[in-house]
Amino acid sequence: MATTTASDTGRYVGEGVLRKEDPKLITGQATFIESIVPPGTLWLSIVRSTMAHARLKSVNVAHALEADGVVAAFTGPDLSDEWTAPLPLAWPVTDDIKIADHWAVAKDKVCHQGDAVAVILAESRAAADDAAELVEVEYEPLPLVTEVEAALADDAPIVHESFGTNKCYTWSLNNGDIDAAFKDAEVVVKERYVQQRLIANAIEPRGVVVLPIPASGEFTLWSSTQIPHILKVTLAMVMGIPEAKLRVIAPDVGGGFGSKLDVYAEEAICLALARRLGRPIKWVERRSEGYLSTVHGRDQVQYIELAATADGKIKGIRARLVVNMGAYLQLLTPGTPLLGAFLYCGSYGAEAYSFECTGVYTNTTPTDAYRGAGRPEATYAIERAIDALARKVGIDPVEIRRRNFLPKGEDVASPGGLQCDSIDFEATLDKALAMLDYPEFRKTQQARRDSGDHRQLGVGFSSYVEMCGLAPSKVLASLNYVAGGWDAATVRVLPTGKVEVAMGVTPHGQGHETSWSQITADALGVDFDDVVVLHSDTQVAPLGMDTYGSRSLSVGGVALHFACERVIAKAKKLAAHTLEVATDDLEFSEGKFSVKGVPDKAQTIQEVAFGAWSAHDLPDGIEPGLSESYVYDPPNFSFPFGTHICIVEVDTETGKCEITRYIAVDDCGNIINPMIVDGQIHGGIAQGAAQALYEEAVFDSAGNLLTSSMMNYLVPSAAEFPSFELGRNVTPNPTNPMGVKGIGEAGTIAATPAVVNAVIDALSHLGVEHLDMPASPETVWKTIQAAQGGAS
Amino acid sequence: MTQITLNVNGTQRSAEVEPRTLLAYFLRDELGLTGTNIGCDTSSCGACTVLVNGESVKSCTMLAVQADGTEVTTIEGLASNGELHPMQRAFHEQHGLQCGYCTPGMILAAVSYLRENPDPSEKQIREALEGNLCRCTGYHNIVKSILAAADELRATATAAS
Repeated sequence: MATTTASDTGRYVGEGVLRKEDPKLITGQATFIESIVPPGTLWLSIVRSTMAHARLKSVNVAHALEADGVVAAFTGPDLSDEWTAPLPLAWPVTDDIKIADHWAVAKDKVCHQGDAVAVILAESRAAADDAAELVEVEYEPLPLVTEVEAALADDAPIVHESFGTNKCYTWSLNNGDIDAAFKDAEVVVKERYVQQRLIANAIEPRGVVVLPIPASGEFTLWSSTQIPHILKVTLAMVMGIPEAKLRVIAPDVGGGFGSKLDVYAEEAICLALARRLGRPIKWVERRSEGYLSTVHGRDQVQYIELAATADGKIKGIRARLVVNMGAYLQLLTPGTPLLGAFLYCGSYGAEAYSFECTGVYTNTTPTDAYRGAGRPEATYAIERAIDALARKVGIDPVEIRRRNFLPKGEDVASPGGLQCDSIDFEATLDKALAMLDYPEFRKTQQARRDSGDHRQLGVGFSSYVEMCGLAPSKVLASLNYVAGGWDAATVRVLPTGKVEVAMGVTPHGQGHETSWSQITADALGVDFDDVVVLHSDTQVAPLGMDTYGSRSLSVGGVALHFACERVIAKAKKLAAHTLEVATDDLEFSEGKFSVKGVPDKAQTIQEVAFGAWSAHDLPDGIEPGLSESYVYDPPNFSFPFGTHICIVEVDTETGKCEITRYIAVDDCGNIINPMIVDGQIHGGIAQGAAQALYEEAVFDSAGNLLTSSMMNYLVPSAAEFPSFELGRNVTPNPTNPMGVKGIGEAGTIAATPAVVNAVIDALSHLGVEHLDMPASPETVWKTIQAAQGGAS
Repeated sequence: MTQITLNVNGTQRSAEVEPRTLLAYFLRDELGLTGTNIGCDTSSCGACTVLVNGESVKSCTMLAVQADGTEVTTIEGLASNGELHPMQRAFHEQHGLQCGYCTPGMILAAVSYLRENPDPSEKQIREALEGNLCRCTGYHNIVKSILAAADELRATATAAS
């Protein structure tokens, strides 16, 4: 199958090269976790707590052990010797943060539905699941709390009694004199928004397989994960396994969106059981099981206040969050909302900025990163609030954005304290408005209003900037993040002239193999199909920090760029030696080193690679082989930005909202593969819009997850969206030689407020100024009734 | 255990199955056809869609014993003589997949739909895909892929007639 399209210039970077990942995926030849079954595998079924908060009086596995096909069954106390530490937290955001012990299998108490209480191992999946039904658990119920603000009440049930409070931490940031800004304000906007809880719903469920070699104490762990390298380090610490004896592989991974950016109980359990029984262990979650045991996203209450002049110029921004951590802190739980801490000013200037975030324990599934992680929440708050300010001062939502935009430039300090190094907000707004034909839209909207049509139109704007590409290790250190923000690439030109690239970033749908091949092919002047990208296996690509936070290109891709430069620098020395000229006399172009002015006197990079391998005639002091590595730690975050515009049609009789147009103009710097970039934006928009209109994870007061399966948690289908209209602006990132930024999360960050602002705009003539997500037919209908003074 | 015989991707297959075995697990675990992915436990996501007697079926909604005597096509059987089906090629050329997990089911659902409606509008395609969820693409390029494949299949049919 043809896999490439190169431009007339023979270059691949910047072209919509078709993906080399596709052939196996469209023919059923991919290897997802479900397909990995080593000989002798035992299937793991996990018995999970049916209560959200209870003491475990007894857990009896005797009957399960007698069932057909069952090999072993264990309770939490049975396994307590397996762990040298609780499950890891990599981001203790403050010095006084309260960290609850989180054990892979509960020892004496459960804190949310889904906590593991026993494990069953059997010769088949069905036998394990059947036997799990036979485990008898006696609970002593405890009072519980699921809602984040209720958990802060004086008389609230306490999730972890020894803390005496559900408050986990408070983190704050202040720039400028915020009190003065509000004291002097001519206009103040005070808003409260609810970021509902979401479930990531990667279409591939999570799964784990562990293959032990008892004689040597070595383990291979396959996991449907975004983070094989981080898993290796952290699981070695949790399990007391020497790090060098643990190999972690992420096979083909069917989507992540942050939900596979975690160190999970099941990974530790499978390792423990493989060590104990000396047999391969396998677990794959059922979807409804994953709804309880895989991290959720968002779930925060946001208070945002704007101090402004009468003509809508923002002077001060004050944001306060109360964030639901769930029952335990997973890998990045407390830090996730802080990724938005610097962005509650959005694209706008202000003299003073104040942010405070309080993390709160509840008896619910833990929350953690979900596509955008903190930045969608921040963008939603400021983009909703600036619309509220526009209404209050009577200015058009486009004009109020223009009045407050930070200036374009390469060294712009934001109120939140970021040094934005490549922004131009007006440019994306202007392009998006031109695509919309804004004046014409307002006329159409007015005509609908005048006619009293029950289908009303609204337009919503979202001008965002985000910080991604996690990121400078020194900055992460200042935020109490435990790990670094670098990444690594190795480029090997093999004796046969083919090229192997080993990368530390780990894809799960992003098309890395294609993008890295484009970069390498151009840099080395080799054929795209001659590049093979290796990744996601700690033995094959040992150095890496994995994929999340839109970092793969702006960190890993830049490392690859520098590794290629090192290969060329060494190859040049070898070619100069062979051609008996000085390196300065050589030029490198299209894969060939040639003597300046004597183009026939030349050596290809493939010939150099063979000579480097045979090592028959190397210059003094040069090692054999043509393989170079680079580890890159970026000097700054990267700052994608853009403007999204959503048009909705709202049926005022039923409350149903339909997105009829969606325009997005994004700027992610220079682009390696526009087809892949557009795909990231499409998917991001759909995920952001899904939060606005459809999705919500709901617990009842007993801690039962009411949205317990895909039957009642509304992941939208193709029928819920139009095709999206994308424009583009390019402001290269000045901090890396490729000029690139991230684009994995921008769509999600921008989309949610664009959609909700559009719904409110559609109903503004009916007196509607606010609604909380999701804007379901019921919510919208009730909001209209309330605004019009009717019964709600 | 129950004996079943069915034709899978053009080959007769016989096996003893537990009556409760779902077709999806039978295809994967007994026949080794691991291209059929399983994404949920409520027949919501459509990742496991296959063709049974030419019609798209979520293979987690059907017991293997119910498939006795049928003809089943999985993603592994869609290409013929080494040539990709136009729908497979369209998904590749239009970037209709990212992680690829929903893709086999999405492709087979689309193949089945175009047999019912060879010249669909974008809106009709979107409604026809309601039973197949994708979390990566926002469906934009999936719809484009199906429109492109429909164009090609119609052109081929016209040329053949």
